[in-house]
Amino acid sequence: MTRVEFPPHLPPDDNEQKNLVVGHTLHLPAWKWRDYFTFNVDHKVIGIQYLVTAFVFYLIGGLMAIAIRTELATPDADLIDPNLYNAFMTNHGTIMIFLWIVPSAIGGFGNYLIPLMIGARDMAFPKLNAIAFWLNPPAGLLLLLSFVFGGSQSGWTAYPPLSLVTAPMAQTLWILAIVLVGTSSILGSVNFVVTILMMKVPSMKWDQLPLFCWAILATSVLALLSTPVLAAGLVLLLFDLNFGTSFFKPDAGGNVIIYQHLFWFYSHPAVYLMILPIFGIMSEVIPVHARKPIFGYKAIAYSSVAICVVGLFVWVHHMFTSGTPGWMRMFFTISTLIVAVPTGVKIFGWVATLWGGKIRFTSAMLFAVGLLSMFVMGGLSGVTMGTAPFDVHVHDTYYVVAHFHYVLFGGSVFGIYAGIYHWFPKMTGRKLNEVWGRIHFALTLVGTNLTFLPMHKLGLQGMPRRVAMYDPQFVDLNVLCTVGAFILGLSVIPFAINIIWSWSKGELAGDNPWEALSLEWTTSSPPLVENWEVLPVVTHGPYEYGHSSEVGVLET
Amino acid sequence: MTIATAHEAHEGHEAHPDLRVWGLLTFLISESLMFGGFFATYLFFRGTTEVWPPEGTEVELFVPTINTIILVSSSFVIHFGDMAIKKGNVWGMRFWYIVTAIMGAVFLAGQVYEYQNLGYGLTTNVFANCFYIMTGFHGLHVFIGLLLILGVLWRSRRPGHYSATKHIGIEMAEIYWHFVDIIWIILFTLVYILNIL
Repeated sequence: MTRVEFPPHLPPDDNEQKNLVVGHTLHLPAWKWRDYFTFNVDHKVIGIQYLVTAFVFYLIGGLMAIAIRTELATPDADLIDPNLYNAFMTNHGTIMIFLWIVPSAIGGFGNYLIPLMIGARDMAFPKLNAIAFWLNPPAGLLLLLSFVFGGSQSGWTAYPPLSLVTAPMAQTLWILAIVLVGTSSILGSVNFVVTILMMKVPSMKWDQLPLFCWAILATSVLALLSTPVLAAGLVLLLFDLNFGTSFFKPDAGGNVIIYQHLFWFYSHPAVYLMILPIFGIMSEVIPVHARKPIFGYKAIAYSSVAICVVGLFVWVHHMFTSGTPGWMRMFFTISTLIVAVPTGVKIFGWVATLWGGKIRFTSAMLFAVGLLSMFVMGGLSGVTMGTAPFDVHVHDTYYVVAHFHYVLFGGSVFGIYAGIYHWFPKMTGRKLNEVWGRIHFALTLVGTNLTFLPMHKLGLQGMPRRVAMYDPQFVDLNVLCTVGAFILGLSVIPFAINIIWSWSKGELAGDNPWEALSLEWTTSSPPLVENWEVLPVVTHGPYEYGHSSEVGVLET
Repeated sequence: MTIATAHEAHEGHEAHPDLRVWGLLTFLISESLMFGGFFATYLFFRGTTEVWPPEGTEVELFVPTINTIILVSSSFVIHFGDMAIKKGNVWGMRFWYIVTAIMGAVFLAGQVYEYQNLGYGLTTNVFANCFYIMTGFHGLHVFIGLLLILGVLWRSRRPGHYSATKHIGIEMAEIYWHFVDIIWIILFTLVYILNIL
């Protein structure tokens, strides 16, 4: 376990350091609400800024999804104008990926937890951290502003030549928005890499690093290597749109396939950007609530790194139907299937951790277990599509939509919820209400499956994605999906009420309500401005539950 | 990194020198991937177009070669500045950094001269698209490097701002300048030398 001992076994000069810290931060009331609206450099404020902003965008993107599903309740394009439908469809995807999952999983949890987990007082570059966050709100506003100019309508992939002919001004705003969030992501990643590699408290060994930190490290490396390539592609698209170049205009010597390569070289790894931090959250939540050491610490840590490496070599599986030659299909089929191996290692690690554990079905654990089942389904359909022959059959059908929603909603969003229920007490000092949590979980689980399970069948039967009108034979399943989408929409309400109510009036949590052993639980809830009065000394790993040394509360 | 330095890193909201160098290096890895995206695009078109560069959009070698010599040697010049400050010689550092800045400015002027005399523009054909985007983005980076060097020179007015033990800003400008140089060598090989061979 991780034990903080007072007085700490620090050399005398470090005690001087302690006095210095205590001198100006001693039990300051954590933060006032106003601090969250300012350019604050504290990683905890920034983490919450990320989470709340991302959640607002989640609601906006969710409303777009509701509009899309309402339109799809009937086979005709009768509710909203088809162009507006396209704009909703494009911006729903864009917002959910770039402004909800990525910023909340990496920016939100990463910023809040990484320094706390490694025993640092802040991130390596606090100002840069704040800059990275403040690039996000303008990006969202640009996306919303694009609706004034007809909305970007080419899907979140923005494939030319379509993106060059529909609403050029809106598409330009879309590109600028993505470049902003991309810059934010790169700056954030620089910060994470340097923080994790350089600022770990000296007493923490590498094999005592919480798995969430390994996950964020792998994620950041992936973001650093892939995001700039997307930026390059988008710059070329921007020039094609506005400055008369012809990179992607076939009639003038350009080629649209190169855009797809540049785009997917980022956007395939982006799915790991969305799921690797969530894997990290799972590795923290499951052992705590199952009261067992995590099974296969090293395997789980290294599998994050393996996913990061292999994930960079699979992007062409999105392009099997783009005239890709056979040898390339073969190579990318195999590399895609290989990614399932490290992912499976993680899944088996978690299941083995649950096996024989003393499981507490808190809301956090419910979402974690929900994630396990949902993500396995999404992963399996991913494996089927990773094989070129099958992909050719279901390409651009609702089967794809079902797959990535199981991964991104059943995976990432469930994981973000699990993380919020787990760390809310640390962030606010109060617990979320468990009854409301259960209602939230039940609605989410039912809603997810009702919405996305029928889509597999729709896709196999040949219903194309991205269109407002469809063959009337698909209407029954579509109605089912729409009902599910409304349940999903409703599920947010108990959650939002729970957050708002518990933040001010919830049950006081104490420093370590889950009796967890990782470092962030050794400080007060919410933590002091510089995290610790005295930096902790790590004597045990973060997952040693059930050992004789396990203690319920910290010895202070 | 000890506890003390980690703490100091937060104190003035200014990162410890080691952290800043690592941060810059990490960022530059990322930047080089962006150039990588452009290079990949260029190579893709080069590989799929029969006549490359297309007739009428050939590159001119004289000015870029001189520019290359200037930029490569400026990497040595800036390093003399770094060596000077490590001996505590602020004036020596300023001299070498001023020389570097002049060389950078000459490079940019050379690029503008080249653009004006090529006889084709950004939108002429795909080769011209790639050529101007790649050299233009590199030129932008030279310009940023130039600003960093000028920033170092501006800050060195204050006595004691830089010394034999305190020169991280100078080192960061130097690293960035070397990066710009390395990218140029790759770019020069791809766009100029390969097309002559």
